[in-house]
Amino acid sequence: MLDTEFFRRWLSAAAAAVDREADRLTELDSAIGDADHGTNLRRGFAAVTAALEAEGPATPGAVLVLAGGRLISSVGGASGPLYGTLLRSTGKSLGPADEVSPEQFAGALREGVAAVSRLGGAVPGDKTMLDALEPAAAALAKDPEGFASARSAAADGALATVPLRARKGRASYLGERSIGHQDPGATSSALLVAALAEAAVREAS
Amino acid sequence: MSGGTAAGGRTARVGVVLVSHSARVAESVAELASELAGGGAQGAPVAAAGGGPDGGTGTSAELIAAAARSVDAGAGVAVLADLGSAVLTVKALLAEGGELPPGTRLVDAPFVEGAVAAVVTASAGGDLDAVAAAAGEAYGYRKE
Repeated sequence: MLDTEFFRRWLSAAAAAVDREADRLTELDSAIGDADHGTNLRRGFAAVTAALEAEGPATPGAVLVLAGGRLISSVGGASGPLYGTLLRSTGKSLGPADEVSPEQFAGALREGVAAVSRLGGAVPGDKTMLDALEPAAAALAKDPEGFASARSAAADGALATVPLRARKGRASYLGERSIGHQDPGATSSALLVAALAEAAVREAS
Repeated sequence: MSGGTAAGGRTARVGVVLVSHSARVAESVAELASELAGGGAQGAPVAAAGGGPDGGTGTSAELIAAAARSVDAGAGVAVLADLGSAVLTVKALLAEGGELPPGTRLVDAPFVEGAVAAVVTASAGGDLDAVAAAAGEAYGYRKE
């Protein structure tokens, strides 16, 4: 079972990864976006860490809903409402349970990823965060405890955005010139999924 | 315009919120729209929510919520947004519920032309549907 502590570990690992990789995310974003992805996510996850510390949410769902709300209000770029919706929608699907099964989490994550797709109107192949999130959610749907497979699926998905032409967001204005660059949103999504695998490893050890 | 907001309650006007990545764009468009609507105390309430949480370029959910509350007179609030995160942040806030006043709606419209149409219509006493329709129709104004 995945308890509240597991989800706090996930978000704390995500915050550490975003902080560590912020410069790389901003660099990727300077090629095809507006060069603020790393800075924005660093600010957002710092706010998430502070809120989790201050409010101590008691259930897995409450952890994710609180974190999602903080991302929406503090990131300042499109990744705020998108990741905020991912976490909030996933958290709501988990309901008020004190702990959830990996199967329940895999189902809730699918809901969260679908909500991101609805909000932004993007589908896999558009060179967005969905190119990493969808394969990760699909891997967990197949094997709910396969967090390591989800991590590889998300990392591969992010790499596979390099040859794609962006069809959403600021990068889409670049047309052909967006080809050849890895999407910063898919890259940060892969970091979030890797953080999930990290939280799972620490639980097992 | 399509009727008053309530029987005998024509004083409550639809509020308009302008969300831009740039604080100066949001404020300038708010000023322009109010002036073109005739301005003054008779005009509909208009508020700008521009720029990000750090004061730079971006979108601030807190500024949007504060702006919507400041123009809410009970007749609804029409929100116009410029691009990307401005649009997505408003949608995410509306999806959650409780973060924006009841009767707040994201209006699909071009930012400058739509803002002018929205504020003129709201100032003339149009209800939220009329304001949203007028703003959306601004997509149809051809310039050549």
